[in-house]
Amino acid sequence: MTDSAVQLKTSPHLRGAHSVDKIMRHVVYALLPICLFSVYQFGLSVLALILCCTLVCVGTEDLFCRLNRRPGTVGDWSAVITGILLALILPPSFPLWMAAVASFVSIGVGKLFFGGLGFNVFNPALVGRAFAQAAFTVPITTWTPAMVHVRFREFIPSTFTFPFAIPPDLRPWMDGLAIDGFTGATPLALMKFDHIDTEAAELFVGTVAGSAGETSSLLILLCGCYLAFRKMLNWKIVASVLGSAALFSWIFWLKSPELYPTPLFTLTSGGLMLGAVFMATDMVSSPVTPMGIVLYGILIGVVTVMIRLFGGLNEGVMYAILLANAATPLLNDLTQPRIYGATRKRKRKEVKA
Amino acid sequence: MTFNLTHLFRGSFSHGIHPAENKHFTADKPIRRLPFPERLVLPLSMHAGKPSVTLVRKGQEVVRGEPIARADGFVSVPLHAPASGVISDIRLMPTARGPRTLSLILDVYAGDPQEVLYGAPVDLGELSPDEIVTAVQNTGLVGLGGAAFPTHVKMKVPEGCQIDTILINGCECEPFLTTDHRLMLEQAADLVEGTRILMRAMGAKRGIIATEDNKLDAVEAIRKVLKPNDDVSAVAVETKYPQGAEKMLIKSVLNREVPGGQFPSAVGVGVFNVATTAQMGQLMPMQRGVIERVVTVTGPGVQRPGNFMVPIGTPIRWLLETCGFTGGARHLIMGGPMMGGTVSSLDVPITKGCGGLLVLSEHQLTSEEQMRRYPCISCAACVEACPMHLNPCELGRLAYKGQYETMAESYHLNDCFECGSCSYVCPAAIPLVQYFRIAKSSNREKVAKAS
Repeated sequence: MTDSAVQLKTSPHLRGAHSVDKIMRHVVYALLPICLFSVYQFGLSVLALILCCTLVCVGTEDLFCRLNRRPGTVGDWSAVITGILLALILPPSFPLWMAAVASFVSIGVGKLFFGGLGFNVFNPALVGRAFAQAAFTVPITTWTPAMVHVRFREFIPSTFTFPFAIPPDLRPWMDGLAIDGFTGATPLALMKFDHIDTEAAELFVGTVAGSAGETSSLLILLCGCYLAFRKMLNWKIVASVLGSAALFSWIFWLKSPELYPTPLFTLTSGGLMLGAVFMATDMVSSPVTPMGIVLYGILIGVVTVMIRLFGGLNEGVMYAILLANAATPLLNDLTQPRIYGATRKRKRKEVKA
Repeated sequence: MTFNLTHLFRGSFSHGIHPAENKHFTADKPIRRLPFPERLVLPLSMHAGKPSVTLVRKGQEVVRGEPIARADGFVSVPLHAPASGVISDIRLMPTARGPRTLSLILDVYAGDPQEVLYGAPVDLGELSPDEIVTAVQNTGLVGLGGAAFPTHVKMKVPEGCQIDTILINGCECEPFLTTDHRLMLEQAADLVEGTRILMRAMGAKRGIIATEDNKLDAVEAIRKVLKPNDDVSAVAVETKYPQGAEKMLIKSVLNREVPGGQFPSAVGVGVFNVATTAQMGQLMPMQRGVIERVVTVTGPGVQRPGNFMVPIGTPIRWLLETCGFTGGARHLIMGGPMMGGTVSSLDVPITKGCGGLLVLSEHQLTSEEQMRRYPCISCAACVEACPMHLNPCELGRLAYKGQYETMAESYHLNDCFECGSCSYVCPAAIPLVQYFRIAKSSNREKVAKAS
């Protein structure tokens, strides 16, 4: 028993079970079933897309760490999440070289330019998607049908487009497969431009056209429940996004049911479910105050419905979340919690930190 | 009590954390007396306030229970000899708080009986509130929950305040510790007696003994010694850290909030620890002094953990050896694992404020991987843990940038009572509460320099 062996440390001497890499790892676990379903639905092309995005994202993170001579941050798993999420919000037929560029932009511009994990203002995967939306307008709105019978035998022709070449037109390929009635549109586009409703059950299970991983609301909800149960996902964000979107679209549906979709359609179609569960809840780019979290969710829900119903695009989740990300510092600042024993109104912060 | 939905369930404050309790080591071990160590070290300043002034000189013989130092002013307490023996020296000795302090070294006579001979019976019913306060000061009582603030000072009701409730804090929300639990089970009568003394001295109409719902047997034990329609009652609140913080407990039991920067007396409450109250009930009728206290010696680093009645001044080395200290551990904590401090030397003594001695072994320490630091990912876990509803996330960022004044002015830094919940939950292993301590002391220094 020697005194020199005694270690000095300040309290608390215990720590909770979570750590950043553990949280991130579990988010990856929660995304895996969605990836599997997506591969089952769209076949080899999606598998290639997921692998490509993930590898490029991890590679970019590693490259930047080496260039900056900083310790590697790949081990925190956050680049893997960005890669998988990006793949899941791209169309299954998206050419791999474009996906690689979008992945590079996600991590490079969306995250590392800001200072890496914890400092990014926007959700990196959505930055990559927004870049792709602007740069590759046609491929990102080219949809292929789900459950094609040859999906495990051949790739979609556009997948292996030569880098910096324009992908081929998919119409002849789809005609060759003799798929009846597929117009190359997602349920959202059908609703918006042609007012054709899609079966709610189909939307819920996810056997429809759309981005690789956004189609099955049921599966996304289940995976989200797992994370919420492990306290690695803030269910309040999900609830406020979905709640406000449903409520807001319900108002319009009440007014003219023939023109606007039902609240259930709003919730289950497009990327809303994936966005609400896995992207709006991105811890780094969402607020921390209890009130701010709710306002942030409402902002996403309302803006999504606004874009969908009145905007030029048929999908608005991405821009809604990016907008809310930008509002996060403001929301944090405006919604400081009321502290225990507060006697007077909070003094406004004089200097912006 | 105002009706509130939460009272349908077990009352509690909002937020807080649930660390593993680890009370099984000692919860069922009755309080045991130990033989006297050969030598006791009695720092003259083991309480908050002015140090006591010695009444003895080197070489003087003292009897167990005899006063050996007197209080210096109102915010100070006397000290009594924990054992019969001879004062062998008066010199600077290390203490758990850090700096060396003037201490009396008492060499204990071998075979000395543990009976206390000192004391004079007094009829408490005849004393006025002010006389009770003076009598409490003479016992040398301080907050035995850890703060070691002189109890009689807290009993003095401030001008313009009306105390309606005495709240006895038996939450013991710190993991591992079981002293308060055992005290409530074994000294329920003393505890209730102490509560009545406090109520009389402060003019309160009711007394509530509150504990967490993992100690329902203690509630039963206390209820057994209460009279029918008693103005003292025992209640259970939710088991949650930091339920034992007085502000949290007032919120949980009475649904009142103490305004920032003020004391519980501002909302008509006096809060005292169970160990303090039980000692009061025991010592006051005989006008004796505090010479011993219950200490939980626990943790995976000791072979025979237990709850012990330990004379004040016992060196922790002796106590640890008695409990089978394996020697392999490197983490010695005085108090609980959430708010207790590590000790620098095994020669420091048990003082009045020390209710636990915790030895964590190597594997109990957070593993290297878990301790890995990450940047803040704004997960808001700290915001949801902070019992004061502060924003530790923003505070941490400001602390990182060194903007300590902004923290105090705009983010209520000074309302933080350093419970450590934020550091406990932080997945990025950011030492938040440690930052806040630095920020607070830096601000204090600046204020001191300015004036």
